[in-house]
Amino acid sequence: MATATHARRGNPVVYAAALALIGVMLGPVVYIIIGGFRTNSQITTDPAGLPDPWQFGNYADVLTGDTFWLQVTNSTIVAVITTAGVVALGVMASYVLARYHFRGRGAMYALFAAGLMFPPTVAITPLYVLIKNLGLVNTLPGIILPQIAFTLPTTVIILVPFLQAIPKELEEAAAIDRCSRLGFFWRMVLPLSVPGLITVGILAFVNSWNSYLLPLFILNDQEAFTLPLGVQAFASQYSVDTAKVLAFTSLSMIPALVFFSLFERRIVGGLTGAVKG
Amino acid sequence: MSLTTDSRVRDGGGVTAPPPARPRRRGIGWAQRLEIAVLSGPAVLMFVGFVITPVLLAGYYGFYRWKGFGPPTNFVGFDNYVTILQDKLFHEALWHNAQIVVLSLVLQGPIALVFALLLNQKLRGQSIIRVLIFVPYVISEVIVGTAWALLLQTEGAVNGILRSIGLDGLAKDWLANPSIAIWTLMLILTWKYVGFAVILFLAGMQNIPEELSEAAAMDGASYWQTQWRITLPLLGPTIRIWGFLSIIGALQLFDLVYIIWGQYVASTAGTSTMATYMVSEGRNAGNYGYGNAVAVVLFFISMIIALVYQRFVLRRDTQGALTGGR
Repeated sequence: MATATHARRGNPVVYAAALALIGVMLGPVVYIIIGGFRTNSQITTDPAGLPDPWQFGNYADVLTGDTFWLQVTNSTIVAVITTAGVVALGVMASYVLARYHFRGRGAMYALFAAGLMFPPTVAITPLYVLIKNLGLVNTLPGIILPQIAFTLPTTVIILVPFLQAIPKELEEAAAIDRCSRLGFFWRMVLPLSVPGLITVGILAFVNSWNSYLLPLFILNDQEAFTLPLGVQAFASQYSVDTAKVLAFTSLSMIPALVFFSLFERRIVGGLTGAVKG
Repeated sequence: MSLTTDSRVRDGGGVTAPPPARPRRRGIGWAQRLEIAVLSGPAVLMFVGFVITPVLLAGYYGFYRWKGFGPPTNFVGFDNYVTILQDKLFHEALWHNAQIVVLSLVLQGPIALVFALLLNQKLRGQSIIRVLIFVPYVISEVIVGTAWALLLQTEGAVNGILRSIGLDGLAKDWLANPSIAIWTLMLILTWKYVGFAVILFLAGMQNIPEELSEAAAMDGASYWQTQWRITLPLLGPTIRIWGFLSIIGALQLFDLVYIIWGQYVASTAGTSTMATYMVSEGRNAGNYGYGNAVAVVLFFISMIIALVYQRFVLRRDTQGALTGGR
């Protein structure tokens, strides 16, 4: 009897454990954000304390400087175009894989699925050479093109089952109404797959926003830096000014966090859906 | 249809098996071929151009001693590979990667399971909890690295807290002391990635029919017996897929290590990985041929481990999917 209630209504132990977990997970993040409101001498005398008094100068300095906004602009351009590109290419390829029957379909699927196993780390050195030969070093397309390619596997793996779930009857009805397969794709498949597109879109955006290795190789020019490179450069440039580094760091994680928390349900659903095949 | 959804609930694995397409009645005409080409062409071209080609190029460049300017001319055969396999620094990196792979599984798996079991109960505010424990996973590794490097400095917040509660003895040089640096790295990695495992496990648990645990409870099974005998076995496929993702991630680990042990602390603290070795000995040293050879070694090590894992661990799930429907 006791076990039944134990499992049904959350007991205090469970809540305490959940609170402890959240505390541990959020502690460092809260530390960064609050640290940005302190002065360096406050941080030195008591590294773990609260701001006393609260300082808004660090955030104000970062927000009124050009560097931060330049890097936000670069990161935004890269993330938006990467997202748009990968969603467009991904949904077209996934539609083919989901609804056409042809030789080489299995091979195409296997190609993308294999890509899932190898993040850019393995290909980064030759990729740099390739981008250099294309004359795209220090340009944003030099980041965008490889990112689209490397995000395609996840996108395709998530979207194919999604598109397969669209009922066959809809396609037949569309055919009776003299709608071509491409017309069906455009008028039915795209609107119906919006939730799936949002999932892969957010994943692509957050991935791009956080990407470090690729920009590290391709972008050497401060003008072209995206935020992760910017955070690193800022942290070494102002290594004595911890409070300012903390302010810069907190501001740079806002977009990914906002996007993620708005669409958390979709992303988790998409991820687990992909894992389940 | 019910049969497929049924086996999904039960087995839920098989990450790479392509879902079957419905056979068409007619053979495909030129119009359809054109549609296939137009729709899938761009994606395939991008993928081949920027993913497959570099991997192949690595195989080619890896045979040259090459500074990255002009076409490679100084062919050295397998020299680069011999050097890599004899380099003590590479052995160390490989050993660190091996430790990280095993420790990630051993630390994150059980912790995530316990928390997923706790959170799988009816809780007020479950959805907000799910968002919050996912936060570290969503933050970029650069930020995570910067934040933890500042927190864990000898005069940083962690040691400050330890000293203020009288645990001076525990205050350590977390990042630079070679005997604890790898554990510090594991602590940070666990913090960053355990949320991902919790979310996966939770999603897997929510696919397990509630009737099963209700039936077990009726038969007098305790809460923990039910979890041990019913939830855990049925969660097997999810756990095995998570294991796969974790292993691949651990083998390719770069960002976090490179940020903390490149920028804040000497890289000799004993946390180098194959990927950081590749970047420091290849790109940073200007030896692009050598860097490419390291990439090839990393590629083969990852691929062999991935294939072995699929063959011996994930295979059970695909078999289950084929036979479990009856």
